[in-house]
Amino acid sequence: MIQLFAFYLFATIVIASAAMVIFARNPVHSVMWLILAFFNAAGLMLLAGAEFIAMLLVIVYVGAVAVLFLFVVMMLNIDFAELRAGFVRYLPLGALVAIILVAELVFAVGAWQAGGVDLAARAAPAATDTSNIQQIGELLYTRYIFLFEAAGIVLLVAMIGAIVLTHRQRGGVRTQNISAQNRRRPEDATRLVDPGVGQGMEL
Amino acid sequence: MISVGHYLAVSAVLFTLGVLGIFINRKNIIVILMAIELILLAVNINLVAFSAALGDLVGQVFSMFVLTVAAGEAAIGLAILVIYFRGRGTIAVDDANRMKG
Repeated sequence: MIQLFAFYLFATIVIASAAMVIFARNPVHSVMWLILAFFNAAGLMLLAGAEFIAMLLVIVYVGAVAVLFLFVVMMLNIDFAELRAGFVRYLPLGALVAIILVAELVFAVGAWQAGGVDLAARAAPAATDTSNIQQIGELLYTRYIFLFEAAGIVLLVAMIGAIVLTHRQRGGVRTQNISAQNRRRPEDATRLVDPGVGQGMEL
Repeated sequence: MISVGHYLAVSAVLFTLGVLGIFINRKNIIVILMAIELILLAVNINLVAFSAALGDLVGQVFSMFVLTVAAGEAAIGLAILVIYFRGRGTIAVDDANRMKG
């Protein structure tokens, strides 16, 4: 009973805050609603028994992605009122697509419930004696180790890509050029002279 | 009792809201990226719900990979947004026609 109550609470808040994400006037408010939606989705996943994914959702989405959005929204000086022009114009088309999509999804769910799934064909049956995170770890570090490393490469490429895209060389600043310093030899930089008395120095 | 159908309904509504968000905020690419995050969240809820209902852990492992791709996509998308803003002084993406596509 308490589970059903919690489910409806989380589900209501996640849908309401998702609606506020796309309808909010200020993108900063959108990010805040997005964070609320992520927290409540994590609650939904906790109810389903996926503790690890729920915690990952809080750490990765709220801790990294949402904060990244917040930084970018606040860093750029954007006129958001101008961007909302055409909001009403696109609403009928968007609503039409949304209604068609939700009808199709409901239809697909109905078809799935009519068809059913062969439970004997499970790829990795969940054990009942160990915790969720231990089972996921055992699966992830044995059978899916190459996919796990591929996910790491995806993150590495994303990191390098973001740095390469946003990095810019500023002109006119005198930064330390370490390779030029190391390349410099004594014979390039110094010379020995032996001037005669009274002849002076040539610089 | 909570059935898998409950979760599927929630994620269907969430997915639809994400698609609607892309349609109605066609100029503001920040909200478009957030709507894409909502879509991926709906996908994750679906995967976890089926994983829990069928007692199969592969859904949760796959959901982790979806999470990875979502994080990478947000980073790259926001980086592109930053350089686009630097070049143009606005983020209205509906007149991004430099490549004449």
